[in-house]
Amino acid sequence: MENAVEIKDLSKHFGELLAVDRISLEVRKREIFGFLGPNGAGKTTTIRILTGVIKPDGGTASIMGYDVRKQSLQAKQVISVVPETSNVYIDLTAWQNLMLIGELYGIAKKDRFERAEILLGKFELYQRRNQVARGFSKGMKQRLMLCMALLTRPSVVFLDEPTAGLDVKSARLMRDIIRRFNEEGTTVFLSTHNMEEANQLCDRIAIINHGRIAAIDTPENLRMKSSGLKSIEVSFNKLVSVDVMGRLSNVAQAKKMGDKIRLYTDEPQIVIESLLAYAHSQKLVINSLNTLAPTLEEVFVKLTEKQGGD
Amino acid sequence: MRDPVFYDQLKRALVIMKKNLRVYYKRGPVVIFGLLMPFFLFLAYFIGRNMPVEQLFTGLLAMTIFFSSMSIGPAIVPFEARSRTLERLMATPISVWTMLLGDVAASFIYGLLISFVPLAIGLILSINITNGLVLVLGMVLAAFCFSSFSVLLSAYPPTDVPSTVMMISNLVKFPLVFISGVFIPIWDLQDWGRIIASFSPLTYFTDLVNYATQGISYYSVLVDFVALVGFAVLFLVLAIKIHQKSLPKRLA
Repeated sequence: MENAVEIKDLSKHFGELLAVDRISLEVRKREIFGFLGPNGAGKTTTIRILTGVIKPDGGTASIMGYDVRKQSLQAKQVISVVPETSNVYIDLTAWQNLMLIGELYGIAKKDRFERAEILLGKFELYQRRNQVARGFSKGMKQRLMLCMALLTRPSVVFLDEPTAGLDVKSARLMRDIIRRFNEEGTTVFLSTHNMEEANQLCDRIAIINHGRIAAIDTPENLRMKSSGLKSIEVSFNKLVSVDVMGRLSNVAQAKKMGDKIRLYTDEPQIVIESLLAYAHSQKLVINSLNTLAPTLEEVFVKLTEKQGGD
Repeated sequence: MRDPVFYDQLKRALVIMKKNLRVYYKRGPVVIFGLLMPFFLFLAYFIGRNMPVEQLFTGLLAMTIFFSSMSIGPAIVPFEARSRTLERLMATPISVWTMLLGDVAASFIYGLLISFVPLAIGLILSINITNGLVLVLGMVLAAFCFSSFSVLLSAYPPTDVPSTVMMISNLVKFPLVFISGVFIPIWDLQDWGRIIASFSPLTYFTDLVNYATQGISYYSVLVDFVALVGFAVLFLVLAIKIHQKSLPKRLA
């Protein structure tokens, strides 16, 4: 079994709304898998199906080989979830929250005590372990939820917007923790809106829109494959009209960007040759010339806009 | 042979029970309300009426165990849905029945413990308890039956607003008290009243307390016990079935 998560033709309706539309994907073991999409795209519904909270209408999904519908308890035994909104028991202390989860997963007392102490220490919550979570900040609650998720030594951890609303320091700490636990062998299924976070953390990314998978690949491949988004930025020693640049062969679009002109193209090589020829014929000096790959954000916007317009 | 999955789930139901007792029941106002509510109802109805002390005791005990066993149960699931802890629980390796059994067990413990207060008052007032075993067994079965009923009341509508469920719960609870022989003994009711009373589980507990303290009952003790067990099983099975269907809607 190579894959930690396998989804085939998964679908889910809420009345008339088709929230998840026959999606299929695989998440390899020990991978950090990014799940990106605009609001209402079907991310949370997919995670809720995978974590056994709701049942799909069609298709199959399995976690570590356990069918989430037919072997729900076994599948839930090997996963943990950190949702976007805090769901710790605010009337219980940090320690009691951890013990509750440990007992619900059937972890032996000695093991859960030792593990809880280690995790609380790592997440800088040990000094606050006997305080009720009601008074915790958002960052502290988020760290407590991660502690609760990792107490059970899950094979797969589902993180839904884990850094949303956190300050820069807490968000960075969270990303470091995610990396560390992935290095220790945990597969991470990460739903996020933060493109830079996905770019930094994820081995592969799936983009979901209107309940359908728009693309799955590594962040770098997604950027490279994205046709029409490659661009060249050029500046000359004299003012040159944007319209003239836009008429060069293979240029899809030209935009003025300060003292530079950005040319969007599928064929950067041909456009560079045209630019050199134009500069030579017009006796212009090229001050700077850069080829630019699209950002992940541009890829995301293009893919989601394209589907939205269908 | 013992089914390990079933046994594990039972253990995890106890974990839910422990959590519920900590989060919902171990609060001063909840305990005080559990005692005061039936006490004031009792005073409102019985003051100024010339009644034997055994009948007063029956009324106080029946109302206490009924109201305390059903006080928090209906609100737990909607409250957990609102605070999103329901989603956390549903993502852990427990079944819906495990969670509900934990909810029932917490209500049961609370209802039973609170009902020892009127029992102690009765003993202080030298109530003549002719059959202590029937009384205690009746209290145990009644607390379990009413706790199951409370969880059934939270099953529909699939709301995350606790006050909505509590309102529906009160609409069911109060009429039941009036038709269950708490205020008027069953044998003093008219035929139609006795028919209606037979559909209330509280009727059978009231009848058992009458038997244990006054030696008289409308039904046989066996019928009372079977009825309490039957209602408890019916409520629990219905609660599990309806919750299983309504939980996804509640979470959506």
